[in-house]
Amino acid sequence: MNKDIQKNTKQIGAPQKENRMRRLVKKVHLDTKELVLLQLLIGVFLLMSILSPGRFLSVYNLQSMAYQFPEFGIFALAMMVIVVTGGINLSITYSATLSSILGAVVLVALNNLGVQPLVTVVIGVLVIIISSIACGAVNGLIVAHIGITPMLATLGTMTLFEGIALNITKGGAISGFPDMFQWFGNSAILGIPVPLLIFVLVIIATYFILQRSSFGAKVYMIGCNPTATRFSGVNVKKVLFLLYIYSGILTGFAGIIMASRYNSAKESYGYTYLLQSVAAAVLGGTDISGGFGKVFGTVVSVLILQVISSGLNIFGVNRFITDVIMGMILIVVLTINFVNNRMEEKALLSKKVVTA
Amino acid sequence: MAQNMFLRMHNVSKTFPGVKALKNIDLEVEYGEIHALIGENGAGKSTLIKILSGVYQPDEGAEIIIDGVVQKTITPLDSLKRGIAVIYQDFSLFPNLSVAENIAMVSRVEKRKKIVNWRETNQIARSALAKLGLKIPLSKTLSELSVAKQQLVAIARALVNDAKLIVMDEPTSALSRGEVESLFSIIRNLKEQGISILFISHKLDELFAISDRFSILRDGKYVGTFGEDELDDDRLISLMVGRKIEYKIFEKRTLVDPIFEVRNLSKAGNFKDISFTLHRGEILGITGLVGAGRSELAQAIFGLNPSDSGELILEGKRLQVNAPEQAVQHGISYIPENRLTEGLILKKTMSDNICLTVLKQISSRHGLIEKEAQNKLVEKWIEEMHIRPNIPNMIASKLSGGNQQRVVLSKWLATDPKVLIVDEPTNGIDIGAKADIHQLLRDLSEQGMSIIVISSELPEILAIGDRVLVMRRGKIAAILDGKNLTQEEIMKEAL
Repeated sequence: MNKDIQKNTKQIGAPQKENRMRRLVKKVHLDTKELVLLQLLIGVFLLMSILSPGRFLSVYNLQSMAYQFPEFGIFALAMMVIVVTGGINLSITYSATLSSILGAVVLVALNNLGVQPLVTVVIGVLVIIISSIACGAVNGLIVAHIGITPMLATLGTMTLFEGIALNITKGGAISGFPDMFQWFGNSAILGIPVPLLIFVLVIIATYFILQRSSFGAKVYMIGCNPTATRFSGVNVKKVLFLLYIYSGILTGFAGIIMASRYNSAKESYGYTYLLQSVAAAVLGGTDISGGFGKVFGTVVSVLILQVISSGLNIFGVNRFITDVIMGMILIVVLTINFVNNRMEEKALLSKKVVTA
Repeated sequence: MAQNMFLRMHNVSKTFPGVKALKNIDLEVEYGEIHALIGENGAGKSTLIKILSGVYQPDEGAEIIIDGVVQKTITPLDSLKRGIAVIYQDFSLFPNLSVAENIAMVSRVEKRKKIVNWRETNQIARSALAKLGLKIPLSKTLSELSVAKQQLVAIARALVNDAKLIVMDEPTSALSRGEVESLFSIIRNLKEQGISILFISHKLDELFAISDRFSILRDGKYVGTFGEDELDDDRLISLMVGRKIEYKIFEKRTLVDPIFEVRNLSKAGNFKDISFTLHRGEILGITGLVGAGRSELAQAIFGLNPSDSGELILEGKRLQVNAPEQAVQHGISYIPENRLTEGLILKKTMSDNICLTVLKQISSRHGLIEKEAQNKLVEKWIEEMHIRPNIPNMIASKLSGGNQQRVVLSKWLATDPKVLIVDEPTNGIDIGAKADIHQLLRDLSEQGMSIIVISSELPEILAIGDRVLVMRRGKIAAILDGKNLTQEEIMKEAL
């Protein structure tokens, strides 16, 4: 009995330094994992800056990064919200390109008819968003209402969307948009790139929907235990259906940015982002088995991956070597997280024995 | 005497966190004996079997002697090697493999064969089936067989493994009368070959038809072992039920103001033609054996398992309940039996769990959760239900069983239900906490809530049920007045 008390007091009297650090962290609502990510981001940023001072920190490079990562970031969030439910959405990139191709067809047609550019662009964007909602609804229907495993369902729709897109484009790219359409991908407001602004809006919206709303609370609970959530009177099917639609809308935004940046639409645009999105979500602390994951972590991870790939690109590292390095980083970080979790669990277990 | 014993278990105890599941159990099984192991639900039969099969390790001080060899510890492999084969209710077979592969599987794994030798596999299977006097096509896929045949395959597999003691957990629950007869003749045949059978069943007539001796467990304690001639139905029931922990017996009320009515509710394969009325402020106990359809009925009322036909009437209005969210809207709450998988989201906090049913209450018009409202609500329930420790951000899995149940109760009481259905409310909770939960349910009923308590534990039903509905094989066997009711009266209806 006495020994227990001694042990407990020892734990309470943990080093002061750590306490101060923790309080600081609490103030800005970051947990340890997020802090590690932030440190990692600062670390790689400094490393790249030091290793290639003139080039990495150049205005040109920073700007080009700011135009590149928003589409990746939006894909990562579209992926992350689904991973939180314990699922995965393999159709994100083809949902984006199919939507932008459908939009492109309308844009080109109206443009050729000589319709006013502004009207053309508004209608084109609407078509893209509506198409992306439809893609999300198809996924939602199959996963939530029919009940097929998300991985298989979205593998199916991925192929379906790709097939439809190829049928429209016949393998080529669709171009010939009004110049005004380029605004979404290539211009800036007060020096801030428009894609970045769209990304920021997506971040805010996703944060509120997932982490602050009652809808989001249900999403996390479904990710942990769909049965108990259903037993709690939550309409699990409806929540999942709506969430797949939201994921779809995000791919629509990514589709708009990509079509605008490349000034064309093609089914294969952005397909490399698919697995990178899973990587960013998981690196950002999203539990692949569902129930846990935050917008902040995912966004920081996107930045980390972007900084590394830009940096390596500047050093002239071969792209294939870049893939190797990215893969290794991912494995190392995941291993660290896994070992950390194990240690925490063990510590908890031994604590239980003491208090029992 | 001692030489005749294949199995001797002495002083076996098993403690789980917070619960002592077994206390000083003795069990002896002779060679070539058919031995019945009986007790109510939760008496400790399955725990004992799991110790015998090496799944659980007993507490210190246990003595286990198998076939004359003292076992310090038993791993699942030891258990198999010493000739113990357990046939669980689901048989643990491979439905996608052939009969022959299923029967020969263990020996194949044991010999570390990397390549399938079909001739040997078929030979092993054929000789095992011959020992049982059975003819089942070897190449048939297991899932194509009837349940009864699958069970025989499981027995054949046990024989391949040189089983000397075959443990059968409720082997007759899914069999027709004719199939039971043929199973029994096979069991008798095994007995003649010197193989012992440990038979677990609830069906007393069957037990009397086949067993040589009976060992009775009650509340994790050993009551005794009796020969077939020492027992009859009544004696057996009273030994099983015994005098148990004395709960506070609440005074039974006769309430007259009907609030909720179930009319002719039926669901194929689950329950049939269920009608009863629940009164305002009443506690209605529902009991019956496992499989009698109690939980299925409750889940039908809650919309998890919609019924095929029948009506639900709440305060004079006919309800349409096809999903839980509809039941919740009407003011019906259901606290499931399985707290850990259905009641709670273990990885999330107490606060998250309590709020899940009342997210609307704590959200703004735009659907954003208001932290302050959330904290207030959670603090209120922690206070009201005396949840300890009183830390809203405590992860649910780290709470004790009693406190977890309080969290589940909070989450449902927060919805302010008119009808509260609780399924095994004190399952796996220690005795002190059980009494608290009984008191709480009684208090709620006095405040006007109408409560249905489903429980296998008869003393619990007797303690708090104003009336008791007994189910048997999916039908209502009787609705009894709670005044001066005894366990024996309930058991007679349930069996």
